[in-house]
Amino acid sequence: MRKIWLIIKREYLVRVRKKAFIVMTIVGPLLMAALLIVPTYLAEESQELRSIAIEETGFEFTNQLEDTEFLHFSKIPTEEATNLKKGFAESNYYALLYIERDNFTLYSNQQISLSVSNGIERQLEKINERQKLKAAGIDLAVLKNAESTVHINTKIISEDGNATNSQTEASMGIGFICGILIYMFIFMYGTMVMRGVIEEKTSRIVEVIISSVKPFQLMMGKILGVALVGLTQFILWILLTFAIATVAELMFVDASSMTTELDSVQQSVLLSEISNLTGGINLVQIFLSFIFYFLAGYLMYSSLFAAVGSAVDAEADTQQFVLPITIPLILSFILIQPIMENPDGTLAFWMSMIPFTSPVIMMVRLPFGVANWELALSVGILISSFILTTWFAGKIYRTGILMYGKKASYKELLKWLSYRN
Amino acid sequence: MKESIFIAKNVVKQYGDYTALNKVSISVPKGSIYGLLGPNGAGKTTLMRIINQITAPDSGSLIFDGEPLQNHHISDIGYLPEERGLYKKMKVGEQALYLAQLKGMSYPEALEKLKFWFTKLDILDWWNKKVEELSKGMAQKIQFVVTVIHEPKLLIFDEPFSGFDPINAAIIRQEILELSQKGTTIIFSTHRMESVEEICDHIALINKSKTILEGPIGEIKEQFTKNSYEVITANRELIENDYFSIISTKDSTFRILLKEGKTQQEALQSIVKEVEIISFKKEIPSMEEIFIKAINNA
Repeated sequence: MRKIWLIIKREYLVRVRKKAFIVMTIVGPLLMAALLIVPTYLAEESQELRSIAIEETGFEFTNQLEDTEFLHFSKIPTEEATNLKKGFAESNYYALLYIERDNFTLYSNQQISLSVSNGIERQLEKINERQKLKAAGIDLAVLKNAESTVHINTKIISEDGNATNSQTEASMGIGFICGILIYMFIFMYGTMVMRGVIEEKTSRIVEVIISSVKPFQLMMGKILGVALVGLTQFILWILLTFAIATVAELMFVDASSMTTELDSVQQSVLLSEISNLTGGINLVQIFLSFIFYFLAGYLMYSSLFAAVGSAVDAEADTQQFVLPITIPLILSFILIQPIMENPDGTLAFWMSMIPFTSPVIMMVRLPFGVANWELALSVGILISSFILTTWFAGKIYRTGILMYGKKASYKELLKWLSYRN
Repeated sequence: MKESIFIAKNVVKQYGDYTALNKVSISVPKGSIYGLLGPNGAGKTTLMRIINQITAPDSGSLIFDGEPLQNHHISDIGYLPEERGLYKKMKVGEQALYLAQLKGMSYPEALEKLKFWFTKLDILDWWNKKVEELSKGMAQKIQFVVTVIHEPKLLIFDEPFSGFDPINAAIIRQEILELSQKGTTIIFSTHRMESVEEICDHIALINKSKTILEGPIGEIKEQFTKNSYEVITANRELIENDYFSIISTKDSTFRILLKEGKTQQEALQSIVKEVEIISFKKEIPSMEEIFIKAINNA
């Protein structure tokens, strides 16, 4: 036990100290934070309050154009409009709306944002429409009464008869992110284990080490050490992402104090909406399942990757063995989308039972709600399969690491399984 | 007979259809330097791996220091495999500490012993270097240190001198002999017969998965020694008589063979009477000759 701990420690420290790990740990959250911040930033930017000057011979449209949160209209005399066209830069106006009967033109010294022109367009259309209806003799009050909107509430009725709001969008989002993360982690850290095994074999240190520890201890030590590296990176990513996002948000809100009040109102609305959205989803269950499926899926795949690493002499020779291992993984990645569209279908069910695809697919399905017996069955199958694959991989591993310069074939690997000890 | 530190009896090991060891028995006396010899693919490496419990035999018994070979004996054995290496990206000191601790040493103990050996072999200033910065010979020295660091009762060296220049090979040979004088038993596997002759006192010869020779070097040599002598005479003349026959002649050098029931003394006296002798020497086969002969006869 002390020896396996020594191995875990070495495998962990060697990787965590690597530059690539440190860079990935910092760059990862920066990218994620950017993904969170940039859209907000872009959205905020277009929400600047803009003044629009209007030049119109009458007041027909001017009077009916309403100021919005982000647009402020003011009519200006013709002379001023002429001056404005010459010198936009010095004025406070963002654009000049020129109205001549049914002809509308928007002048500005810069590209007019689509949201501004769309906003104005919509208002003008409405005004125009109303006038035409009025001319046709339709009472506006009647019209207003006829306008209606419909919203469908989707609800899930559980076995005990309680209805909760179903949140398809949020479920899809969470399922997608969890599925992708598991896929990424299994791939990244599984191949990391494989490369570690190949390194030990090509540097010929392996026989030195297994004269002190059992091959199985060396393999498990490596797998567990790398798992800790994965967990460390995952936790650091989450913490750093939140830290960066929070700091950036604070700085951002500070800089535009003009809209702070608006923001806080919006944020509280947004927050309640989010909690509302995720209300029907068991987040604790998802978090625990994520950790389980990540670890169990990783343990299963990485032991297979370790077996592959032991059977070859160089990384270039791994392809023929790696491909069959990764096909189910890639397949489950491709099927995330269709499964999300029908999370309770036959395909979804079976793929969340088969251990090679269940880590990804079950995580995609979980936010939509999965029966407890299904989850228990999937977990049970996965646990027994990783015990089986580890045993199987251990047999190949202990023979493979001592075979030098021999090109292993599948037939050869099967033979190794029959070797005693 | 001296007590044995390791005894293997009728050890069989098969890999699928291939038999690597077929009822191999050896017995390694305590304190000896035991040469494990044999052509490539004879099964030496498999036997060494079995002693190190890297693999287990299919059948046969293994006794280490009076008790059946068990897991905890690992810390009593040091093994320098032929296929050996180090983590290239790891620092020398850190790596040596890791390997020493895997052998069951505590951190402070390992640190102290390593400093001692590194100073002794004058390699202390490599401590913080990465292995990839070292030459092959330098790395071999470190491997030697981590093999002997835990002061095992039994040391197994597989081709320990490969990769060393003559000067460093001599240093390592000296260290091995010193360890032997302190009472460590050494199993030594090599193809270089001259080094066997130099340092081993016992040998076992394995060929085609079987032991074909085993015992103290002197006894084995005697076994292969015929009653033949090399005689050099002053006047280039020698005539056969009742005591001996001549096998071959080359200039003034004659190879003679004693006749049945005649002694060395009788033959020598018969020659002295006739011619002037410059040299009279019993022909003792070299290990190399024994090696080749034994394998060809088998």
